[in-house]
Amino acid sequence: MKEILLPRARPARWVAFGLQGLSVLMALLFTTLVLVTAGAPPLEAYRQVLEGAFGSLKRATDILVAWVPLMLVTSGLLLTFTAGLWNIGVEGQIVLGAIAVTGVMRALQETGLPAPLILILAVAAGMVGGAAWAGLVGLLKIYGGVHEIFGGLGLNFVATTLILWLIFGPWKRPGIGSMSGTEPFPERLWMPVFPGLRLSPWTLLLAFLSIVLVYVLLRNTYFGLRLKAIGRNMRAAHRLGVPTTRYLFLALLGCGAMAGLAGAVQVTAVYHRLIPPISSGYGYLGLLVAMLSNYQVLWSVPVAFFFAALNIGSIQLPITLKLDSTLSGVMQGALVLFVLLMQGARARWQPKWTAESDDDA
Amino acid sequence: MTPEWVFGLGGVLAAAAPLLIAVVGETFSERAGVVNLSVNGAMLLAAMAGFAVAVRTGSLELGFLAGVAIGALMALIVAFASLTLRQSQVAVGLVLALLGRDLAYFLGNPFMGVPGPRVGTIPIPFLKDLPLVGPLLFQQSPVVYVALVTVVLAWLWIFQTRPGLALRCVGERPPAAFARGVPVTRVRYVYAVLGGALVGFAGAAYTLDLKGGWQGPISGIDGIGWIVLAITIFGGWHPVRGALGALLFALLQWLSLVLQPQLPGIPSQVLNVAPFPLMIFALLLTNLGNTEWVQTVLSRLPESGRRLVIRLLRALQVSPPAALGMAFEEE
Repeated sequence: MKEILLPRARPARWVAFGLQGLSVLMALLFTTLVLVTAGAPPLEAYRQVLEGAFGSLKRATDILVAWVPLMLVTSGLLLTFTAGLWNIGVEGQIVLGAIAVTGVMRALQETGLPAPLILILAVAAGMVGGAAWAGLVGLLKIYGGVHEIFGGLGLNFVATTLILWLIFGPWKRPGIGSMSGTEPFPERLWMPVFPGLRLSPWTLLLAFLSIVLVYVLLRNTYFGLRLKAIGRNMRAAHRLGVPTTRYLFLALLGCGAMAGLAGAVQVTAVYHRLIPPISSGYGYLGLLVAMLSNYQVLWSVPVAFFFAALNIGSIQLPITLKLDSTLSGVMQGALVLFVLLMQGARARWQPKWTAESDDDA
Repeated sequence: MTPEWVFGLGGVLAAAAPLLIAVVGETFSERAGVVNLSVNGAMLLAAMAGFAVAVRTGSLELGFLAGVAIGALMALIVAFASLTLRQSQVAVGLVLALLGRDLAYFLGNPFMGVPGPRVGTIPIPFLKDLPLVGPLLFQQSPVVYVALVTVVLAWLWIFQTRPGLALRCVGERPPAAFARGVPVTRVRYVYAVLGGALVGFAGAAYTLDLKGGWQGPISGIDGIGWIVLAITIFGGWHPVRGALGALLFALLQWLSLVLQPQLPGIPSQVLNVAPFPLMIFALLLTNLGNTEWVQTVLSRLPESGRRLVIRLLRALQVSPPAALGMAFEEE
């Protein structure tokens, strides 16, 4: 065994791919064990997930409906990850974006302004809302000494409190407030969709723009270079004259704006109202996507698509197999866990190989 | 005879008991230098699995054992990934926090709302009849007794014994500990797994005692794990101070229930969630004294008031184990 794991010469590329494939297999094995424990037929469950995701054109485009906000969140998170920040508050930033959008739409829907103008203003407000919430994480970290993980978690809880208060209080439906959310917006304020589908070309465009923006920012600008310097070694970057505080804030504001945009997409193009779980957990899922794609924008595109497909594919499970739809979360989590463990094993037992792969990155 | 508020406080203590145990667990782990961020997922999974095992076997002991095993296993994964495989503790802990939660909801689906065994109250003879203290401390569930004993034992162990000294040294200055012959990595493994076991026990205590059953996403357990991590910091990695933090959180939760009839303007859903952000923002108090702008503001205050504020901030101030979350290579 040792000889295989510790090759002296440059190992073939297939070793890397093989190990990657091995971690996928282990994740699949783990999920299968979980399914067997739950007393479910594993093969049938996998078939249902595939069927649920790709069974029809409508379902396949539903994957893109989920992919858009997930991709927006992930792109934003790549900014904060590059700066070495764990922006767990991203979940609350989506929520605040959604709240800001809903607030603006409620204020303007009776005014007779043209619908596209209202939508544009609302989406802009969503970005501001998300960015402001992310800015609070920065304030707590820099002026309060609260680590961004805990500041973010606290603000996530506040965001949950806020959205519940709005839905059950000032923004409740005529009659009594309920978990089903606020009164739906009139159809003219829905983001236009492809005929017969739930997918909007405009939100798709936003997702593509976010990918390009983050790719260019991180790869071709001084901003990206400095952000990387801060992420690698904040103190050294500071000594070399990088204004670290400003860059940390900028990374957070950028991520918050994109998370807010995701919230805006959820309100204007998916649910057409504000509901308590408006974020759909895309914040936490985005963190997983970023980790699994090794913090690379281009890799995160297919990874986010795959995760979105698992989410859509699992929606029907409670009906078809009486299984909880959190199966998708189990698969996603297991995948990231085993890939992380395999990466570690490779770094630990193949030191030479990793040193070379670090140069590539 | 016994005033009403004593029973109220007794309820607060009961609600705080699993928190006390989990906070002590995380304190052990972080004292050794391992941040186990998986607590929220571990507690949920332990709560679900503990209840499921207890329902299937009819044995509460086996239920708690299952919870302990799951907590220990998840801590072992974090320790292995970070100590042996040198992966980021934050990354692995976070993934496990999310995975544990989804696993709990997925596997726990058939056990939602199912009736099952429950620990219940076991008054301690003689002591239970003491005025005030009796109903408060000695007419409780065994989980409360375990929690109180755990806090005291943890304090004794960490601050009054030689192995406790070694533990603190491992978290503060691992090279010095290693030079003195302390097997740093092994100590970290042991306390991380011990801490995880306590967290798992606490998780099982929610379904087997406090909440009495598994309700899936509305069990009211989700989020508690994050509060445990916050209280561990708030408590300055000291079991007794951490216990006070846990009691403070349970008190806030109790108040949010008691105040509901008094505050009809605020929806109950909001009051239920409110203690969570409040507890996390309590972390602000532990660090304000260190920040530059507070120092500046303080220097402008009149002498008499300044002294009081400074003393207050000092009392709340905490500093983490110096080697918290850092890798150490034994050579």
